[in-house]
Amino acid sequence: MTETSQTSPEPLLKLEGISKSFPGVRALRDVSLSLERGEIHALLGENGAGKSTIIKIMGGIQSQDEGQIFLNGKECHFSSYRDAISAGIGIVFQEFSLIPELDAVDNIFLGREMRNALGFSRKNEMTRIAQGIFERLGVKTRFDVPVARLSVAEQQFVEIAKALSLDVQVLILDEPTATLTPTEAELLFNVMRQLRDQGIGIFFVSHHLEEIFEICDRITVLRDGAHVGVLKTADCTMDHLVEKMVGRKIESTFPPKPALQTAERILEAENIRFASNGHPNSFYLRKGEILGFAGLVGSGRTETALALIGALPCPGKRVRIEGREVSMGNPAQALHHGIGILPESRKTEGLILGFSIRDNISINNLPQYTRPIGTIDTAREKRKTQELMSAVHIKAPSDETTVVSLSGGNQQKVVIARWLNRRSKILIFDEPTRGIDVGAKAEIYTLMRNLTAEGYAIIMISSELPEVVGMCDRVAVFSHGVITAVLEGDAISSEEVMRHATASVKKSAVDALSA
Amino acid sequence: MQQQALKSPQSMHFLLERYRASKVARSTAFLPAVGLFVVVACMIALNSRFLSFGNLENVARQVSINAIISVGMTFAILTGGIDLSVGAVMALAGTITAGLLVSGLNAGLAIIAGLGVGALFGAGNGLCIARLGMPPIIVTLASMSIARGLGLIYTNGYPISGLPDWFAFIGRGKILGIQTPILIMLVVYALAYLLLQRMPIGRYIYAIGGNEDAVRLSGIDSRKYKIIVYLIGGFTAALAGVVLSSRLMSGQPNAGVGFELDAIAAVVLGGTSISGGRGSIIGTLIGAMLLGVLNNGLNLLEVSPYVQNVIKGAIILLAIFISRQRGTASAR
Repeated sequence: MTETSQTSPEPLLKLEGISKSFPGVRALRDVSLSLERGEIHALLGENGAGKSTIIKIMGGIQSQDEGQIFLNGKECHFSSYRDAISAGIGIVFQEFSLIPELDAVDNIFLGREMRNALGFSRKNEMTRIAQGIFERLGVKTRFDVPVARLSVAEQQFVEIAKALSLDVQVLILDEPTATLTPTEAELLFNVMRQLRDQGIGIFFVSHHLEEIFEICDRITVLRDGAHVGVLKTADCTMDHLVEKMVGRKIESTFPPKPALQTAERILEAENIRFASNGHPNSFYLRKGEILGFAGLVGSGRTETALALIGALPCPGKRVRIEGREVSMGNPAQALHHGIGILPESRKTEGLILGFSIRDNISINNLPQYTRPIGTIDTAREKRKTQELMSAVHIKAPSDETTVVSLSGGNQQKVVIARWLNRRSKILIFDEPTRGIDVGAKAEIYTLMRNLTAEGYAIIMISSELPEVVGMCDRVAVFSHGVITAVLEGDAISSEEVMRHATASVKKSAVDALSA
Repeated sequence: MQQQALKSPQSMHFLLERYRASKVARSTAFLPAVGLFVVVACMIALNSRFLSFGNLENVARQVSINAIISVGMTFAILTGGIDLSVGAVMALAGTITAGLLVSGLNAGLAIIAGLGVGALFGAGNGLCIARLGMPPIIVTLASMSIARGLGLIYTNGYPISGLPDWFAFIGRGKILGIQTPILIMLVVYALAYLLLQRMPIGRYIYAIGGNEDAVRLSGIDSRKYKIIVYLIGGFTAALAGVVLSSRLMSGQPNAGVGFELDAIAAVVLGGTSISGGRGSIIGTLIGAMLLGVLNNGLNLLEVSPYVQNVIKGAIILLAIFISRQRGTASAR
């Protein structure tokens, strides 16, 4: 992994002294990058460090204020993504640009379909070429179904194939693993290695340092829009990298787990199922604890939480809060009983993106600010919102900033703050740190422990094992819609969680947890 | 950071951005207000009769029916929906009120019945949309047909006349020197402003248009508010129907054909985003005024009605074009 092809004197792609400003913000300051042929090169930095901006500049989507781009030693000017692609730079964005209803071949050739003399599409020919590309990638996929029916990983391969069909020499992958399972990510890495061996240069963006160490040859670290260093992967350690990224040493990421003050069960849930013929799960939650919902993607963790709060129908469930039986037919009733949720996808389910921080935090707190005559006391609302913002350390110019301009970590804190004003007692955090950088992760963890210290009880759904092990007091492990084990204390380890998560679910698991 | 940018050679650019971000310019009603100003200025320049008090009062009164209907339409569009049934519901409510008055029912009850039928229709729309998850455009298209049919059944297709004289007060009378329809319109707008800008329900309506899933998962009963939104739409349509019946002193089952499109035009000209979440009730009033001034001004200039349609359509296109340019300029 250490040998990078240095045979050619000119790097494949070179950026020199790139600067870019937006009104009031300097997004990039004098950043230089270089990418060799046959190299996988990580772009690393916290959210807001300037990664997306530099990618957009390489792709011609934005133009730099200063600086030059050289491809194969020749200076290039891109005024659109089309320019960049035809020059040989392809980007696979986090949000795919595939048309869900079309199959892989039609997607790959979208806009430049091959036609015969009569104008009919030469589907067989195109399929043959697409198959050739997939052979290059070393993976298989189905060509006869709409891409919407392919897995996320396969869709990503289709995106990559689309770029390769355009003969790109530089491939930029923007957080490609964020939505992949570990197995799928492995597949992607194999594809990336194949392409590297074929001489393609790859920029890889990821927040997962393990992945970067696994696959990348070199790493460029950005911080606050500036280039802080380029390192050979073989020469550096993870701590070193994190320090470079955040500009300070991060102590242990996970706060200590305090001893539980009470055994009082704040929530008892029975017969929670999310499909009419699904397995009925039962679990309980104690005051001040963090209960993990672990398991593979698709094992029913999120669905169970949604069924609990009534966002999914769940006839026959029984929920007791502080010993009292309550009905919970929809999230509004759950709110009434003190249960709040931080949804899995903060952008599509958590936030109203174009709205201000204040609007987003206030949305379920308005009755508190309402005068007896029914109008909102905006002065009070503003004051209280600012209190909440500082309580969860949201960094933003003001409470009127729109949430779309915030970093992932700050966006997540906005959703958290929403629940802290209602005397909620139970919070469900679904993948609270997905797509969030290292520094902000640590802040979210500390925040969660502060909340439990105040008496909140938290259910945390997470696909990241270190997070589950580091944060949870107890862990309910899901496999195929069934809670197969509840681990507590020293029994919580990555190996144990994985063992139960991949367990087949023949034996009844109910008695294991309703003890 | 801001300081740096101010000192940089791009400070002009920065100031422009700063102006664009300012509260006034950011308001969705800003451009429509400029548009209204320009159109009024043109009309004054082109025709001396335009500026007379009598003519302006005339414009306001003509505008009032569409403006009242547009209130409900604004609510629906802000949630990301639409209400095509308003014109037909207006006619139905107008004929029912007229019919009951002629049959000798107590005046208050007749008006309440008309308004009630409108509200009921609206609530029915809301139930289908919020509870059954049916698309607003289809639901209200169907209820438009149903309401129109019911109005024709109720009247056998003939206008209802012979209304008591005092009823004309609502459509033709004056209170404190102001024509009653104008006054009703202003009261409806004041109430709508209060609901949308000052009360929690207004926030929920905007937020539903912004991201309904997020609203629901944050524990707000979004369905309830959607039902209320369409109920308000039915109610304001019915109110316009009562005013129209009084103005015409008859219940016209065929009144209000195409009014839903005028209402949509007013809302959109007023700067409200057709996909919901952005807009204002003041903008809608300005949009309705803009349409009214155009109608009136072009009539005064003796422009043929055929040409007027073309001009109005072109202005709507132009307005959307300008507001989109502005939208993409501020979106990064």
